[in-house]
Amino acid sequence: MTIAIVIILLVIATLVFHFISPWWFTPLASNWQAIDDTINISLWVVGAVFVAVSLFLAFVILKYRHNKDRRADYEPENSKLEGWLTIVTTLGVAAMLAPGLVVWGQFISVPENIEVVEVVGQQWHWSYRLPGKDGKLGKTSIKLISEENPFGIDVNDINGADDLLIKSNELHLQIDQPIKVLLRSKDVLHNFAVPQFRVKMDLVPGAITFVWFTPTKLGRYELLCEELCGIAHFTMRGFIKVDSANDYQTWLASLPTFSQTLIHDTADIAQGKQLYDSCVSCHGIDGQGNDAMNAPKLAGLSRWYLHRQLSYFQQKIRGQNSKDLYGQQMAAMSVLLTSDKAIEDVSAYLNSLIPTKKSQVATTAIKNMPMSTGNAIKGKLFYKNCAYCHGEQAQGNFAMNAPKLAGQHAWYLKRQINAYQQGIRGAHPADLYGKQMVLMSKVLHDERAVDDVVSYINSLPNTREIEL
Amino acid sequence: MTKMDNVAIADQVDQSSHPSTFLSKYIWSQDHKVIAIQYSITAIAVGLVALVLSGMMRLQLGFPNEFSFIDPASYLQFVTMHGMIMVIYLLTALLLGGFGNYLIPLMIGARDMVFPFLNMLSYWIYLLSVLVLLASFFVSGGPTGAGWTLYPPQAILSGTPGADAGILLMLASLAIFIVAFTMGGLNYVTTILQARAKGMTLMRMPLTLWGIFVATILGLLAFPALLVSAIMMIFDKVIGTSFFMPAILSLGETLEHSGGSPILFQHLFWFFGHPEVYIVALPAFGMVSDVIAIHARKNIFGYRMMVWAIIAIGGLSFVVWAHHMYVSGMNPYFGFFFATTTLIIAIPTALKVYNWLLTLWRGNIHLTVPMLFAIGFIFTFTHGGLTGLMLGNVVIDLPLSDTFFVVAHFHMVMGVSPIMVLFAAIYHWFPLLTGRYLSNRLGKFHFWGTFLGTYAIYLPMHYLGFLGVPRRYYAMGDTDFIPESAQTLNAGITVSAIIVALVQLVFIINVIWSTFKGKKSGRNPWQATSLEWQTAQFPPEHGNWGEQLPQVYRWAYDYSVPKVKDDFIPQNLCPKEVEYLASDKNMTKGESNATF
Repeated sequence: MTIAIVIILLVIATLVFHFISPWWFTPLASNWQAIDDTINISLWVVGAVFVAVSLFLAFVILKYRHNKDRRADYEPENSKLEGWLTIVTTLGVAAMLAPGLVVWGQFISVPENIEVVEVVGQQWHWSYRLPGKDGKLGKTSIKLISEENPFGIDVNDINGADDLLIKSNELHLQIDQPIKVLLRSKDVLHNFAVPQFRVKMDLVPGAITFVWFTPTKLGRYELLCEELCGIAHFTMRGFIKVDSANDYQTWLASLPTFSQTLIHDTADIAQGKQLYDSCVSCHGIDGQGNDAMNAPKLAGLSRWYLHRQLSYFQQKIRGQNSKDLYGQQMAAMSVLLTSDKAIEDVSAYLNSLIPTKKSQVATTAIKNMPMSTGNAIKGKLFYKNCAYCHGEQAQGNFAMNAPKLAGQHAWYLKRQINAYQQGIRGAHPADLYGKQMVLMSKVLHDERAVDDVVSYINSLPNTREIEL
Repeated sequence: MTKMDNVAIADQVDQSSHPSTFLSKYIWSQDHKVIAIQYSITAIAVGLVALVLSGMMRLQLGFPNEFSFIDPASYLQFVTMHGMIMVIYLLTALLLGGFGNYLIPLMIGARDMVFPFLNMLSYWIYLLSVLVLLASFFVSGGPTGAGWTLYPPQAILSGTPGADAGILLMLASLAIFIVAFTMGGLNYVTTILQARAKGMTLMRMPLTLWGIFVATILGLLAFPALLVSAIMMIFDKVIGTSFFMPAILSLGETLEHSGGSPILFQHLFWFFGHPEVYIVALPAFGMVSDVIAIHARKNIFGYRMMVWAIIAIGGLSFVVWAHHMYVSGMNPYFGFFFATTTLIIAIPTALKVYNWLLTLWRGNIHLTVPMLFAIGFIFTFTHGGLTGLMLGNVVIDLPLSDTFFVVAHFHMVMGVSPIMVLFAAIYHWFPLLTGRYLSNRLGKFHFWGTFLGTYAIYLPMHYLGFLGVPRRYYAMGDTDFIPESAQTLNAGITVSAIIVALVQLVFIINVIWSTFKGKKSGRNPWQATSLEWQTAQFPPEHGNWGEQLPQVYRWAYDYSVPKVKDDFIPQNLCPKEVEYLASDKNMTKGESNATF
C-alpha cells in the first residue's frame, strides 16, 4: 500500500523536479540545435514511458495487493499481447533512433571549404595552431617538440612556416564561421568539450580526431577536458572566445607565425645587468631577494617564467588586485622596462645569476626564519600534488609551465599560495596558467598545510634548473 | 563398470563422502553452499570498502576543501577503486560466485557442482585476487587512480597516481580474478547442462538459473578480452612494448614508445565491459523474476519470451560495446551501427519489464521485504534503462558523455537496480541458509532508506549532467557556466549518500542478529515451487538431497493453478499427489501446465 503511494509521489516529485530544476543545459551557442531537439524529443518519449510504467506499477500494486479471499490469475502466456507489445516497443525505439541517426549523419559530414584550427592538448594545458595564409598545417612530430618548438612542427615542411601559433589557453573563433577542429594530443587522452557548443571529442595521442561546429553567439566560453588525463585533470581548462569578424581579424594579426617564433634576438645579458640596476634596491645585488622589502628571490629563475611574469605586471594582468599591495608596487616598477627586448634581457641576466656564497648564506638564514614554521615531513605529503608539474626537487618544468620553487623565500611562497587561494593572483582572465594554480592551491586546506608544504620546498636543495 | 561411466548424473547413486572436521566443512570446503557463503562474505566485505570509498568521494564533491585527507590524487584513487571493486569484486562475485554457487545445484536438483574441487579452488583464487587488489592501498604511490576503465596511456604514466605499483597490482588482481571466474564459470555451465534432475528440461528451469547460465557464458566469452588487455598493458609498463602506446611525451619527457593505439585498449576493454553490464544484470533479471512470481503468487508472465529475451540480450551484448566510445575518436561511421544495436537491445529489455508488470497484474501481491525490493528494482531499472535509451542514441551522447548524467545513468541501471535485486534475493533466500527470517522491521527500514535515499542521490545527479558538469573532477572551482546552486545540490546528494551508507549498517546488523536470533521460518516459508525449497533436510545439508535425487514434473511457476487446493505446486510433486479442490476431484493432471 505505502509503496504504491510512494511510487506515485516519486513520479510527481520527479516531474516537479524536472520542471523547476534550475540545472539545465547551458544556452546553445552553436549550430547544433538539432542535438538539442533530439534530446528534447527523447526526453518527452522516455519521460512519458517512465510515468506510464511507474503509474501502472503503482496501480497494479494497489489493485492486486494481497487479499486472503482472492486467488491470483493463472495465465502463463498471451501471445497476442506479447506480440503487440513487441511491435509497439519496436516502433517507439525506431522513432527515437531515426532522428538521432540523421543528426549523427550531419555531425560526421564536415561541410566543404570549412576553416580549420588545430587544438593541441597536453597534461594539463591547451594550445592552438592555425594554418596561416596557405591554409595548410605543417607536419608535426612528437620527437620535434622542444622549448623552442613546443608544437613539434617540422621545420622542413614548407606548409608549417606560416602556421599561426597560439601558446595560450585562449582561442578566438569568428562568429558564424563553420570551423573544423583538429584534435591532437602530446601525451595522454584528453577531451575537447565546450558545453555551450554541445559537441565533444577525445584527443588521442598518435591520431588526429575532429569535431566541427559553427559558433553562433559572441562570448567567452570555458573549454574543459572531459577525459580523465591524470591528477590535474580538473584544472585543464581553456577558453574559446567568439569574436565579431573585425575583432577576429585584429586578433589574427597579433599572432606570430611559426617561422617568426624561431627567430628571436639574442638576449643581451650585459644590457640586462644594466637594466637590473633599478631593481637592486629591493631584489638585491645578486637577485637574492629581501624580506624586509617584500621582494622575492629572482636569481636562477628560468627566463620564460621571468619573462611571462614581467609581461603580466606590465600588461596589468598581475599586480592589479586591490589586496595585492606588493604586486601593485611591482606593476608600477615594471614599466621601467620599456620593451619586450628589455624584459628578455633582464630575464636572461637574472637567469644567469648563480647563487653566490653570500646568497647561499641568505638561503640558509631563510630556513631559520620564523616564517617557516611548518612540518617538512607532513609537507612532503602535500607536495606530491605539486611535484607532477613543479618537479620532485621543485626545480620547475617548462613543458608543464611550472616555475622553479626550490630556494625561494618561504614568506614569498606562502604569500603567493595564499594569493592564489583567495583569487588575488591567477584570477585575471589573461593569466594563462594562474587558473590552474587557483584550483590546485585549494588542495592546501589550512594555514598549517601551507606552512608544511613551504617548509618542505625550503628543505629541497637549491640547484639550478636544467636549461634545455 | 564401463556402463556406469555413462550413467546420467541424475541417475548416479550418492557416493559423496561427507566432511567431518571443522576445516573440511567450513574452510577447505567443497560444498557449493559453503563456497557460496565464502564468496558472499568476501564480496560484501570488499563491497563495504568500496562503499566507504564512495563516501569519501562524495564528501569531496559535496564539501570541497573541507577535508584535508582528500587531495586530487586520493580522490581519483577512491573513484577508481570504488568503481572496480563494485563492478567486479562485489557484483560479479556476489551474483555468480555467491548466488550462482548456492542456487545452481539446489535449483536443478543436483548434489553439488560437477567439479567441487575446482569450485573450492575458484573461491580461494578469488580471495587472492581481492587481497592483491587491497594490497595496492599499502604500496608506495597507492592504488591506481586511472579511473575504473584504466585507459592507457595515462594509466601507466607518471601524471596519474598509482602509475607504478598500483596499476600493476590492479592488472595482476584482474588477471587472477579472471582465472578464478573461469574455474567457477566452466563449473556453472557444465553443471547446468549435465547435472539437472530427471524431468528438469531447460525450459522448466526457474529464470534465476537462466539468468545465471547466460551471464556465465557471457563472462567466459568476455573476460578473456580483459585478460589479454591486462597482460598487454603490463607488458607496455614493464618491458616497454607499445601495444597501447604511441610516440608521446610524459610530463615533458619523450618516451621510447611508438606505434601503439590507445583506442585498441578501449575496444578490448569495452568488448569485455559491455557484456559485463549484463553479467551483472542477467542474474539480477532472473532472480527478480522468481521473487516477483513467488511473492505475487502468480506464474511469471510470458516465461518463454523471458528466456528468449535473456538469450537475445546476452547475444546482443557483444555487438554494442562501442556505444561507450562514441566520442573516443574511433571511426565516426561506427556510430550508426552501435547506436542501432544499442537501441535494439532495448526491445527485449523492455519486454522483460512489461512481463514483470504483467506478472503482478491480477496477482495476489504480498508486500514482503523481498517484494518491496523487487518493486524498487522495477522502478529504478525502468528509470535507468530509459536514460540509457538516450545515451545510446549517438548524438545525445555528444553533450552528455563524460558528464554526471552518465554517472547517474549507470548507477541507476547497474548500481542501484542489481543491488535492489541482491537485497530482494538475500531477504528471500536467507531462510534457506539459516532456517530463520531476516527481521521484517529492520528489513523495511533498510528498504525505505535505500530506495528513497538512492533516488535522492541519482535523480538530481542527472541534472548536473544536463548542465554539463564533468565527471572525475576533483573540484569545479569557479567555472563560468556552473552556478553556485550546483554546489548546494552536490552537498544535498552527499548527505543522501551518507544516509544510504549508514542504512546499510542496519542491514549488516540485521544479518548478524537474524542468523542467531531471527524468527524461525520453518520449511519453504514463501511456499515456493522451485526445488531449492524442497530438500529432505531444511536447511539443506551436504549433498542436498540425501539418497534420492528429486524428479521434476513441471515448470517452476505453478502458482495459483485453478482448481488446485494449494496455491503452489512444487516442481517435484508427483502429479498423483496434487490435491484438488473438493468440487473438482475429477480433474485430470497436467491441465495447469500443459506447455511446460
